[in-house]
Amino acid sequence: MLRREGLSKLTGQERYVDDLPLEDFLWGATVRSPAPRGRISNIVFGDGVDWSEFVIVDHTDIPGRNAVYLMEYDQPALAPGYVRHVHEPVLLLAHPSREVARRALREVQVIVDVDPPALDFRSLPSPDLIQYGEDNVLKRLSIQKGDVERALAESPIVVEGVYETGAQEHVYLETQGMLAYLDDDVLVIKGSMQCPYYVVKALKPALNRSEEEIRVIQTPTGGGFGGKEEFPSMVALHAGLLALKSRVPVKLIYDRTEDMVATTKRHPSQIRHRTGVDENGHLIAQEIEVVMDGGAYVTLTPVVLSRAIIHAAGLYHCDNVRILGRAMFTNSVPYGAFRGFGNPQAHFAVERHMDVIADRLRMDPVELRRINMIRDGQTTATGQVIGDGVDRLQIVDRALALSNYERRRREHWLRNSEHRYLRRGIGMSAFYHGAGFTGSGEVMLDSRLHVEGHPDGKVQVLCASTEMGQGQITIFIQLAADRLGYDPAEISIAEPDTHRVPDSGPTVGSRTAMVVGRLVERACDDLCRQAGAARGAPVKDAIIAWHSAHPGERLLGKARYEPPPGIEWDEENYLGDAYGAFGWAAHVAEVEVDLRTYGVRVLDFVSVQDVGTVLNETLARGQVQGGVAQGISWALLEECVWKDGAMQNGQLTNYIIPTSGDLPPIRVEFVEFPYEHGAQGAKGVGELPLVGAAPAVLNAVAAATGRQPTEIPLTPERLMALLGNGDR
Amino acid sequence: MSVLLPGSLAEALGSLAADPDLVPMAGGTDLLVHWPQRTELHERSYLDLSGVEELRPHRWEADELVLGGLTTYWDIIEDRRAWNELPLLIDAARQVGSVQIQTRGSWAGNIVNASPAADGVPVLMAYDAVVVLDSTRGRSEVPLSGFYSGYKEMRRSPDELVTEIRVPRRAYDVQIFEKVGSRRAQAITKVGVAVTRSDAGWRVVANSVAPFVCRCPAVERILEEGAAVGGPDDLLPGIREDVSPIDDIRSTAEYRENVLARLLYYDLLDLCPSFG
Amino acid sequence: MSDGRSDPLRISFTLNGEPTTVEVSPSERLLDLLRYRLGLTGTKEGCAEGECGACTVYLDGLPVDSCLVPAYQVRGRLVETIESLDPKGMAHYHARGTTQCGACTPGVVMTAEWIVRHPDRLETHTVRELMAGNLCRCTGYDGIIEGVEGALGDREAG
Repeated sequence: MLRREGLSKLTGQERYVDDLPLEDFLWGATVRSPAPRGRISNIVFGDGVDWSEFVIVDHTDIPGRNAVYLMEYDQPALAPGYVRHVHEPVLLLAHPSREVARRALREVQVIVDVDPPALDFRSLPSPDLIQYGEDNVLKRLSIQKGDVERALAESPIVVEGVYETGAQEHVYLETQGMLAYLDDDVLVIKGSMQCPYYVVKALKPALNRSEEEIRVIQTPTGGGFGGKEEFPSMVALHAGLLALKSRVPVKLIYDRTEDMVATTKRHPSQIRHRTGVDENGHLIAQEIEVVMDGGAYVTLTPVVLSRAIIHAAGLYHCDNVRILGRAMFTNSVPYGAFRGFGNPQAHFAVERHMDVIADRLRMDPVELRRINMIRDGQTTATGQVIGDGVDRLQIVDRALALSNYERRRREHWLRNSEHRYLRRGIGMSAFYHGAGFTGSGEVMLDSRLHVEGHPDGKVQVLCASTEMGQGQITIFIQLAADRLGYDPAEISIAEPDTHRVPDSGPTVGSRTAMVVGRLVERACDDLCRQAGAARGAPVKDAIIAWHSAHPGERLLGKARYEPPPGIEWDEENYLGDAYGAFGWAAHVAEVEVDLRTYGVRVLDFVSVQDVGTVLNETLARGQVQGGVAQGISWALLEECVWKDGAMQNGQLTNYIIPTSGDLPPIRVEFVEFPYEHGAQGAKGVGELPLVGAAPAVLNAVAAATGRQPTEIPLTPERLMALLGNGDR
Repeated sequence: MSVLLPGSLAEALGSLAADPDLVPMAGGTDLLVHWPQRTELHERSYLDLSGVEELRPHRWEADELVLGGLTTYWDIIEDRRAWNELPLLIDAARQVGSVQIQTRGSWAGNIVNASPAADGVPVLMAYDAVVVLDSTRGRSEVPLSGFYSGYKEMRRSPDELVTEIRVPRRAYDVQIFEKVGSRRAQAITKVGVAVTRSDAGWRVVANSVAPFVCRCPAVERILEEGAAVGGPDDLLPGIREDVSPIDDIRSTAEYRENVLARLLYYDLLDLCPSFG
Repeated sequence: MSDGRSDPLRISFTLNGEPTTVEVSPSERLLDLLRYRLGLTGTKEGCAEGECGACTVYLDGLPVDSCLVPAYQVRGRLVETIESLDPKGMAHYHARGTTQCGACTPGVVMTAEWIVRHPDRLETHTVRELMAGNLCRCTGYDGIIEGVEGALGDREAG
């Protein structure tokens, strides 16, 4: 099935929040802290502006709790007197003219008595930098299996490595934006978001309003990647506060630079590996320390850390594993969800480290992976028994075959010795990603979904899942059509409007097709039951007939999340079944390093993915290609330049994502191992491809140059330093 | 903000003479960057040149290519003769930004914008281009290699407009243009170099390694003298005499200097058997 | 969008084939004129600096970033936006995954269709090079390139 809203997007008719026709409204603007830490001593309003023309909101205008609720109430909506990061929102302005509002931003001075900021998450904070608990540790987690101390002591060979990844900015092409207005007593929020109910949950305590008094509607969203999981609650709250004070609609659209410097990014990480192996490459012990920059407010950091440590040992079997995870408070702009959610960081480290181990043992990195890859019946670091019947070795073999791995390796060896300055290399990664929320997360979400049958026989799916390009609308229509035996043209997806749709949970965590899609199917089943559709008989007729018999009533099929049987997770000790299902994959990257410029070009990229049943080939392939592209880019191009906690390169000129000329065709193949509890056997697809891209690229660079890079982005400047300005 | 819209060169020059504070504007590809946020720019007075049609065309004379004051990169990319005769102009033009920028950006605009990272300037300079400036006071012609005297300082008086860029037509046996950016398109140059050799001698022009795009006389001397160059490092002393790269948001001095040496070394080795 | 600081200019131009006259402020960008005053919201703003190409329109038949064009500069000229393209020509893009979130899409389609209409440029440039002024964060570009190639193939055949 073709993308349902594809034509609308291709013709420019799809209306994003800034496209909505609007009259008599105000443009919002945000005044922010210039300093990373300190007390606001004064706010000075410049003389050159007629401030009476403005609506001005500060923390005293917040009717309820001054917090943007997510996991905790620690993040203020507007700084009440103390600031903890640069660009922290302090005041809101609104004016009918966008230009005047922009000018006014320069005329407000927020004066801060600065305190020394904690800006390096890697080093232990000195006493004057402690701002969270006793040691600035936002979250600590650990996983233990076997006896790592003893096993390391007994290992013939121990290989150590430290791996670092930097922040990554989402660069969704549509920036953050919200529209807020009052409809009688109801505050209506429309805008770009992934999770309408997260926004409701944040607005309720801050505005002292009930769910009936807040209505959140997702508009077509131009990219999210996690960057619109939590941050929209802040933007919505700001727009809402302005609208409540002015009693006039308010539109708050972030400029690109503002969006880049002031919103969430991927958590930076430093991950240490100490691995005990025998001479044949068998993993005996894995000791891993994961440290993350947790920024100035908690946001989702504990869950990111959680996913990171769960996956940190890679998809290998090892009897002795200890993983210690720590997220540090710093006075950095808060970090948040970004596709992969801690797992890309974890897998960059472990997959890079596997090649380092192979190099040390003079072993083939492929062989090292083969002999250690987890088999059905073996347990992960958390003690979860893997038994899904997925042939992981087949995935690896397929990736190697498609990429002509062996032949290319030989060709490179010859070619590299002949060419003056070009060096080619090929490298792989093998990786996995748990689909859905960790452990009991899905139970806590308690997702619900409705499917409505209308009097004309047409059917509509009502859920809070959002389309942001990944194909949710199309997939849900397909699933419903297949389940009901319908022509897809007779099925639609309701606009995600919290006054009309139930809470099917956030659109994150690779859960939409697998978990929520399953709810679509079950709600369709319930619809059939409610309509009294006889087995094998056309459902449409039954729906029409039902409505004739029940004029004026609604016919809703309902479903509520039920956990698959046999999942047991011990949150306290981090033991057991972390996820109901895992997606497995292998990437192979071929690169060319130019020793004149130290530039790395990716020549070819192959990805073989197991995502269970592939529901829609074009959409799934698009997800893989897009995820791979973001991973390659994170590995080679994207770097936040920081000064005193502020991003200096908040422009697309200076924060580099790839153009069409910077990527090769990304070749994708799926191997299908259906997951019985996912919709039609589907597992998650959104995040998996990004997880293994960076280490595959760096492993290829290592093969090309004979050096071991350990830090990304591997910019040409870093590669030059690594190679020591020598020719090889 | 006010903007004057002259319909002819004479009108434009007259306006400039009357008010040298007017800011001339052509394609806007530099001026309009982040325009909504740079509200201070909305206070100024501009002289918009887009209506001065006579400045747009370029022409091939017997011994030179004459670019107009508004000739765009795309105008030259569409000209077959440029591909054949002055291929560095094409190499540079197609690496400026993207097609959407090439259709609007002008060679003259690039010159007077005077960015140290300008992409059109190195190739023009390596081709010994001459900048023609007109004002109500008359005409002046300045070799591009002598046009800049410091960061954003150039031999243009406020009442002058660049109306032509004259590029000699010559036979070259070496023509090299390298632009190193952060990605393959839409990139600001981190380090770049244009090299030509003809009967007029060697020209080596570097960008993004000094306050302005400049010739590298010490490196040119090495090449003229045919000195033995065993590796990129042998070029560093000459490079250090000629340029002074800095650390900035895009790259480092060390990277720029080393990569400049390596590009020169390897590219010349590829092209000239006698080199190295 | 005039904020009272500048004198408006009255300009006439051809917009999507229709003669159009409108008053613009000197500081108004073509992008703002199209989106906020003429109701043509198909053209998007992604970066305000001519990097992302989401604002691509045709000016006298050539693709330009409308965020870098002063509105008054289009006087007497031809402007075409995404709204002028025939939806029936979108089949290849639709079939091959050219669009995901859609934010870059109108700009992408404008550049893509320009390539398809001027395939002679492919004698010297690749499709990837010509598309490099349109940033996409969702597709990794394969869906875009394949869409263009599909449309080109059609053009050749038809």
